Amino acid sequence: MPLPIYASPLERAWHYTYRVICAVIFVFLIGPIFVIIPLSFNELPYFTFTPEMLSLDPAGYSTKWYREFFTEASWQDAVWNSLVIAVFATLISTVLGTLAALGLSRSEMPFKTAFMALLISPMIVPLIISATGMYFFYALIGISSTHLGVILAHAALGTPFVLITVTATLAGFDHSLPQVAATLGANPVQTFFKVTMPLILPGVVSGALFAFITSFDEVVVVLFVGSVEQRTIPWKMFSGIREEIRPTILAVATLLVCVSILLLTTLELLRRRGERLRGVRAS
Amino acid sequence: MPTPTDDVMRTADGTPLKISLQRALVRSRLRALLLVLPLLAFVLVFFLFPIGHMLFRSVDNRIVGSVLPRTAVAIQDWDPDRAKLPDEAVFEALVRDIQAAFKDRTLGRVGRRLNYEKPGMSSLFRKSGRGAARITGAPYRDRMIAIDKRWGDSSTWRLIHRESGALTSAYFLAAADLKLSERGAIVRQPEPRRIYLTLFYRTLWMSGLITVLCLLLGYPVSYLLATLPLRISNLLMILVLLPFWTSLLVRTTAWIALLQTEGVLNDIMVFAGLLSEDGRLQMIHNKFGTVVAMVHILLPFMILPLYSVMKTIPPSLMRAARSLGATPFTAFVRVYMPNTVAGVGAGCIMVFILSIGYYITPALVGGRTGTFISNFIALHVGETLNWGLAAALGALLLGLVLALYLIYDRIVGVDNMKLG
Repeated sequence: MPLPIYASPLERAWHYTYRVICAVIFVFLIGPIFVIIPLSFNELPYFTFTPEMLSLDPAGYSTKWYREFFTEASWQDAVWNSLVIAVFATLISTVLGTLAALGLSRSEMPFKTAFMALLISPMIVPLIISATGMYFFYALIGISSTHLGVILAHAALGTPFVLITVTATLAGFDHSLPQVAATLGANPVQTFFKVTMPLILPGVVSGALFAFITSFDEVVVVLFVGSVEQRTIPWKMFSGIREEIRPTILAVATLLVCVSILLLTTLELLRRRGERLRGVRAS
Repeated sequence: MPTPTDDVMRTADGTPLKISLQRALVRSRLRALLLVLPLLAFVLVFFLFPIGHMLFRSVDNRIVGSVLPRTAVAIQDWDPDRAKLPDEAVFEALVRDIQAAFKDRTLGRVGRRLNYEKPGMSSLFRKSGRGAARITGAPYRDRMIAIDKRWGDSSTWRLIHRESGALTSAYFLAAADLKLSERGAIVRQPEPRRIYLTLFYRTLWMSGLITVLCLLLGYPVSYLLATLPLRISNLLMILVLLPFWTSLLVRTTAWIALLQTEGVLNDIMVFAGLLSEDGRLQMIHNKFGTVVAMVHILLPFMILPLYSVMKTIPPSLMRAARSLGATPFTAFVRVYMPNTVAGVGAGCIMVFILSIGYYITPALVGGRTGTFISNFIALHVGETLNWGLAAALGALLLGLVLALYLIYDRIVGVDNMKLG
């Protein structure tokens, strides 16, 4: 949207005002995330810039909150729990979600819309309702306050994301390819792993990433279904903010921002790979 | 096998082609179903059934019947409009039930349940539990009234009579700030107990405000992203996607660091001389904090659908409007904006749905005045243990969300939902 040479002064003024407005909104979006990074190196246990920090005095900065995070047992437990729960939940939701997406994208599938609506519901229902429902029922069948309970709950929350991304990938999928493989003598299992899977892999991986981040970032269900034994990073942060506010939380937050940058990069690379495979050139 | 003599087309083994094709279709349908089945079963057992089970608590009223089984049966014969008090047999049943429940320590549950309807019932049952343990024989009615004269009050009995059925509407009424009067008419709660309508109203208008703010901030940014060359817009998109992918708690923490009275924004304003040291603004633990933090968190959900719709609008439309004499403003309002209605609808409903069910951010930065329905559901589940009321509030919230979701489905279609 370059400014034409014949633009009137008013248009010119608006053009630049508009860009300034957008810049302000971008700062609003990204600024808060970057403010916490310097704060996490605070020498003092406050959530604010000290005069020493502002004068760039090295004494005002310290990495002790990171040390605390890496040495304190409860944080290390939280990292471990978060990873275990997220990995297993992702596995379950990816396998079940991919299978279901394969079924739902077949033209012979009956009641497609109804099934889709049911299976998407974990994404729609407000988390607090899902969490309280699971809280009562999981206690009833004896899996509340266990890792298994939290994993199953997170798997249920993650499946819609896998379902949506894989279904989207399958929309551009040439359904004659598995048939070709079959006529060439491949059995269904071979067809799936050698023909279908490589083509839908970007969708499966990005769905899995969504499921992973859903579990890794989830706190409401863990608060209700889990107990201290299952405390995850978000749980520690939530109770940390409520009880004693320490810059360790900011250190963890900074590390999590790095994790999300990593995730974002992976997704972007996947998207580019998908475009390359489909022969779409980025203009 | 008899040789076919008719003109029906057959497969190699002699079955008519039509039937054979039908069978093949059924088989492939079953195969498709079989692929969906594991997930369906999983979601049903670990997600949908638990929610249904929880929501049933909003009408479930088996406490009185299970703790006071004899009384619940005996009282059915009592007609509150004819006799002031139930007869001796009901009192005897009550004494036996209270004695049994006192021993099993379940009496408190019934007291708590009835206390929701009528304050003081909890203490009445506590007192009666101790007293009834000493009653050994008739006259039961006089002895119970001697323990507490409220047993001689017909309103106590009307309440037990009403709540001895298996289902109740009391929780839903309570969620709408209503209750049943002694005579069974629906009346409003007394003034200090009217909190839920205000709460629903607050949740709705704050979600509405958040949605409007997201639209106001998201529209110009999406337009910029959609009209810039792809090379630049992809880079700027990172500024939208990074917050989207960043942990919710990280973003909430960031806003606490920025907004608190000793926080960054207050520091800057004091430093710039806009505020005095004592005049620091209270920007968090109130409505303002909740709205700001939630707009930040939900803004990507507005920008992404808007962007994907704006991306499909050919730039030639605006040029055509300009060449026909429209001013840039007219061209934008009359030509461009109507084309983005689908994106606006999708984004707004998405943000609104997410917003009315939000729990974490209001719980952390909402303080007392910036909390939502979700926070009260959590309160009733975790602290006051009034699960029936929590379920009724949950059912109302869920109904609202599902209605909005149906509209969303009409506009966008679930199948077209895009992520990231």
